[in-house]
Amino acid sequence: MSRLLKFNIFRYNPQDELSEPHMEEFVLEETDSMTLFIALNRIREEQDPSLQFDFCCRAGICGACGMVINGRPGLACHTKTKDLPGEITLLPLPVFKLVGDLSVDTGTWFREMYTRTESWIHTEKEFDPSALEERMDNKEAVAIYELERCVECGCCVAACATARLREDFIGAAGLNRVARFLIDPRDQRTENDYYEIIGNDMGIFGCMGLLACEDVCPKHLPLQNQLGFLRRKMGITSLKRLFKK
Amino acid sequence: MQTIYTDLLVVGAGLAGERAAVEAADAGFSAICLSLVPARRSHSSAAQGGMQASLGNSVMGEGDCPDVHFEDTVKGSDWGCDQEVARLFADTAPIEMRRLAHWGVPWNRVVPGKSIYYKGGKQYEKVEAKEKEGLIMARSFGGTAKWRTCYTSDGTGHAVMCTMDNRCAQAGVEVHDKTEAIALIHDGETCSGVVARCLRTGELITYLSKATMIAAGGFGRIYPNTTNAVICDGGAHTMCVDTGLVPMGNMEAVQFHPTGIVPTDILVTEGCRGDGGTLLDVNEKRFMHEYEPEKAELASRDVVSRWMTHHMREGHGVKSPYGEHLWLDIRHLGEEHITGKLREVYEICTYFLGVNPIHQLIPVRPTQHYSMGGVRTNKDGAAYGLKGLFAAGEAACWDMHGFNRLGGNSLAETVVAGGIVGKKIAEYLQGCETEFKTALINDAVKKQQTRIDDLRTSANGSENVYKVRAAMQDALNKGANIFRTEEGLKECVVSLQDTLVRAKNVGLRSNGKGVNPELAVALKLEGQVRMALMVAYGALMRTESRGSHNREDFPARNDRDWLNRTLAYWKKPDDDLPTLKYEDATEVVEIPPGDRGYGKSEIISADTPKGKDK
Repeated sequence: MSRLLKFNIFRYNPQDELSEPHMEEFVLEETDSMTLFIALNRIREEQDPSLQFDFCCRAGICGACGMVINGRPGLACHTKTKDLPGEITLLPLPVFKLVGDLSVDTGTWFREMYTRTESWIHTEKEFDPSALEERMDNKEAVAIYELERCVECGCCVAACATARLREDFIGAAGLNRVARFLIDPRDQRTENDYYEIIGNDMGIFGCMGLLACEDVCPKHLPLQNQLGFLRRKMGITSLKRLFKK
Repeated sequence: MQTIYTDLLVVGAGLAGERAAVEAADAGFSAICLSLVPARRSHSSAAQGGMQASLGNSVMGEGDCPDVHFEDTVKGSDWGCDQEVARLFADTAPIEMRRLAHWGVPWNRVVPGKSIYYKGGKQYEKVEAKEKEGLIMARSFGGTAKWRTCYTSDGTGHAVMCTMDNRCAQAGVEVHDKTEAIALIHDGETCSGVVARCLRTGELITYLSKATMIAAGGFGRIYPNTTNAVICDGGAHTMCVDTGLVPMGNMEAVQFHPTGIVPTDILVTEGCRGDGGTLLDVNEKRFMHEYEPEKAELASRDVVSRWMTHHMREGHGVKSPYGEHLWLDIRHLGEEHITGKLREVYEICTYFLGVNPIHQLIPVRPTQHYSMGGVRTNKDGAAYGLKGLFAAGEAACWDMHGFNRLGGNSLAETVVAGGIVGKKIAEYLQGCETEFKTALINDAVKKQQTRIDDLRTSANGSENVYKVRAAMQDALNKGANIFRTEEGLKECVVSLQDTLVRAKNVGLRSNGKGVNPELAVALKLEGQVRMALMVAYGALMRTESRGSHNREDFPARNDRDWLNRTLAYWKKPDDDLPTLKYEDATEVVEIPPGDRGYGKSEIISADTPKGKDK
């Protein structure tokens, strides 16, 4: 009948002095339309109530459940077991600080990234509640939304060789964030301002172009194009700055 | 133990909480939001469809204004709402949408010229005006007279949430994520903050504040089948219920959304129907227009959910291993529309169902979706019962939704109410002096530490937390669903009372060390069962049908006896039923109760003398 799935899950509770990092095996009978969300919850409710993992919307919208699934970072909620072999290995995302088992702290990483990129509209204009909204071309709005679809799951960072080598690398998610503001007509920052943020090895010039970020992005963001776009822009800005000296 | 002090403490970092925090921060006060998850994962971000505001930019929204929006909202509420609040909301919504645009939301904009749209499966043409080019565009939604729903594709919540969180970072609002508030600190009169549990280490932390706000969303997870995120478990509500002083308003008003997908209950947006999608039965035949000739698929959610359930009961449902369902058809909208304006829907269908909605039908059924009830507040967002406690968004019963809220009104409410209540909190904080009594704080912390220790050592018993939780969910599902009867509700109440006893006797099977997810569930379980009892007992007592509350044995809306709001208190910890009180639904009446224009129903008018209602 249905398969017996074997799960190898990374276990470690840093808050328990008796806990040692190790892999633990769980066996579960596969059911119709089973996702890793369903499977992990069943393991926790029926076999080990201490198992830590993160889910929130469980609908592929919030990005909470990034983990390494059979060697590849992805969202557990929309990973169907029928697309996986009978043996499934689950590890927490690297780069981020481990909270316990499969749960990592993406919040702190991303908050630091907002601070570094000053991730908000920089403008001198005051909001006037009595005026009509400022007009915007629909194509521009759609293009901004396209980049704002990032759910901050951390998969791109976890899959990035540079991020694994240097802690201060801003990652594809951070670079994508900069691109989002760079194309927004409401943001009055200049290319020089952005150069101060990402015109170095911690930013766009640290990217080795391996593009695993785009391969694993569960929202299919055009990260490759953005990295190319920023590299050209910042390359040109770099030259301009050189000649001005 | 760490103690953190702030002027405003917000429990929740979704749109309502962050909007209020920004308002307080802009007025010069310190503000901290506590959140179970990083702010951008808040359930606000899952809202796909959009936000209602009567900008009237689209040609299909021509002539729209706050008056029409107000009228739709009051009708939508089945006259159960506070009309002063609905008025405040409708008037402020357009300003808030424009403010969001200023802060960075990439709203879809008006593109002038000819375009096609669909309604009831048929194709129509519209021409957008040249002079409106680049203004905020709107789409159609259920229960509205005009196209009024502002949107960014079908990722509105996500886009607005990003902008709001950016704005928080800019304004210096701190978000302490992976932190769960577990008890209010209060002396019976004033709230002075919370005891919280750090979800990185499991340690307790006290947060002391002059003003505390509950903005933690809905509590759909007390039901087994819900569109809500797993964090929408009512944990923050239970802290208020535990005080015995703060009432919950209209807990029996629970909204079921027509299009949860089968079997995972993930929501596909009402925008599907707004953009012209249709509901089909087992014979792939449209049926909503037969029940609701005027509005068809675009009647309010309570009405559509009810007719869908009725239609399945009549034998027109599609049988599946997960029970019966119906079909949602968006195929005629075409690939460009589906992969553009309905992309999240496209992704949900392909990822979770293996269904391609460009060519295939989507299996749907009504699923628990929204809690109209919540922490009862006045129109300033101040909670009843405790000074210094506020609430906004889905967590609150501010009460612009009454017994049914319209699609797109809740996402709009988050920012509108967040702004209004945030301003009132800033006024409250101005010149506010307070004392933090150490004995009170120590007591509160000690009580929580004892609870945790007792759970860890199974001092009270060894009931399994997950089994008790399932029993609660099962009881509600059976008795307090879309259709309700006296018999079913009585059974539900008795079964929940039994579950309450079990909830007091839970013990952990794991060691409870560190973050421990089992402990997190256990800490709120008893409170959740109390809330479930508020839902079921409130529904049993309300002998009428209004909005989403639908009593088969009392099908009429009874304005004579029930034009009021239920207040549910849990007076003493040992009680086995909530104490119910009632207050008038609205003090100010702009629109007297009348026919909604959809969802035919009998009405016992307020003027009908007693005994003449048959």
